[in-house]
Amino acid sequence: MPEQSQAKTDTIICRCEDITAEEVRDLIVRGYQTPDEIKRLSRCGMGQCQGRTCRLLLVQEIAAATGRGVRDIPVSTFRPPTKPVKLGLLAKAWAEREGDEGQ
Amino acid sequence: MKSTADVVIIGGGVNGTSVAYNLAVRGCRRVVLFEKGSLASGSTGRCGAGVRMQWGTRTNCRLAKESIERFETLGEELGFDGDIEFKQGGYLMPAYHERQWEQFEQNVALQHTLGIPSRLATPDEAVEIVPHLNPEGLLGATFCPKDGHANPFKTVQAYAEAAARLGVDIRKFTEVTGITRANARLKAVLLSSGDEVETPVVVNTAGPYSQLVGHLAGVELPVHSERHQILVTEPVAPLQGPMVMSFAHGLYCQQTPHGSFVMGVGDPHEPKGFDTGHSWSFLEAVAAKVTQLMPILREVRVVRQWSGLYNMTQDAQPILGEVPEFPGFFQAIGFSGHGFMLAPITGVLLAEMILGQETSLDVSMLSLDRFARGELIREPSVV
Repeated sequence: MPEQSQAKTDTIICRCEDITAEEVRDLIVRGYQTPDEIKRLSRCGMGQCQGRTCRLLLVQEIAAATGRGVRDIPVSTFRPPTKPVKLGLLAKAWAEREGDEGQ
Repeated sequence: MKSTADVVIIGGGVNGTSVAYNLAVRGCRRVVLFEKGSLASGSTGRCGAGVRMQWGTRTNCRLAKESIERFETLGEELGFDGDIEFKQGGYLMPAYHERQWEQFEQNVALQHTLGIPSRLATPDEAVEIVPHLNPEGLLGATFCPKDGHANPFKTVQAYAEAAARLGVDIRKFTEVTGITRANARLKAVLLSSGDEVETPVVVNTAGPYSQLVGHLAGVELPVHSERHQILVTEPVAPLQGPMVMSFAHGLYCQQTPHGSFVMGVGDPHEPKGFDTGHSWSFLEAVAAKVTQLMPILREVRVVRQWSGLYNMTQDAQPILGEVPEFPGFFQAIGFSGHGFMLAPITGVLLAEMILGQETSLDVSMLSLDRFARGELIREPSVV
């Protein structure tokens, strides 16, 4: 059964970057039909949570618009850190590991 | 299925789409661009997005100056309905060693002969430009206000959509698997689908995979690829206008118009290869360096790390032009980490070469046979 989108045009898909369903659909119509392409052009999924909220919503939008199955749509690469980490904390870890002030 | 084209471009990053646009706008018909993934999915979309005129060789300075002047009006030239997010906040390059300072004095003198508005700055002046820069051990800096940043994804989108409107056939998710020749000239490219496109001209803009495209044609190209890692932070209020690039730290760090900081550190021990993975030690190393250089960034959070590949040449300058023993096979490769910023002029030059026109700049010194002749002038200013 084809995917149906539940989102209205002004529904926020990516709440970190304030990306609406309409913006996502506009890119799909323009030929950008993978999560990676839409992410890179709109910043959908590029924010604080790195797509943990919007990843599935974005895939559903693409599936609904293109008639493809959700399972056939490749998701973006997962990269560290899992949660945002302060640069100061990472620098401290480096200094402790190096046994001095770091370099 | 067989079809024909006047020019086939392999690689849909910023240089491939720039060549495509520049051919089409000069009246070249039947241009086809093949990209094995999505546009900008190779090195372009992974890069630090900085653009600078402050280079250490005459050639890189000239190419970069021409490119940045084109970036200034690129959105309009391409009729783009979005924003390529070009900002000229400058590049500040601090020096911490005598030898570095001497190199910078030479670089700035060279840049001035080419009309590049860079300048030497005292430590006090450097801190005026970037107030959160740690002045400890600082000998001085160079600054060029014309340097800056542009959004690589939007830039490629702008080039690709302009090219498509001019009739270029852009085929994403299509891999070229073979290049054939007949009587020492190009004959066709073969595609993973089994299709074949006959063409007298192939342009290699495959970035970090350019040497593999060379192999398809039986040509050994003197380039290699190596991973460079990079990270991005959460967006914060505007804090830093210029890119800060320290060769002593091997580090570059810029706040994008979006508010996030993008930064990377070069690793001299990085092996050659095609790995685009990430390492935790990179996060710690870059954090240690950047918080020493600009302590205020201690409070900013990293949200993502990733990596991309530099396509390196021995002299850290690109290879532009036709393969002498293989007429019709053109290269725009080996950008050594600065392919994004040089793309506006690269597209112009390649289009002119392919169409047999006089080139806007003399780039004969960037031909492939310079390596065999041993005429190399190494770029000293690469992170």
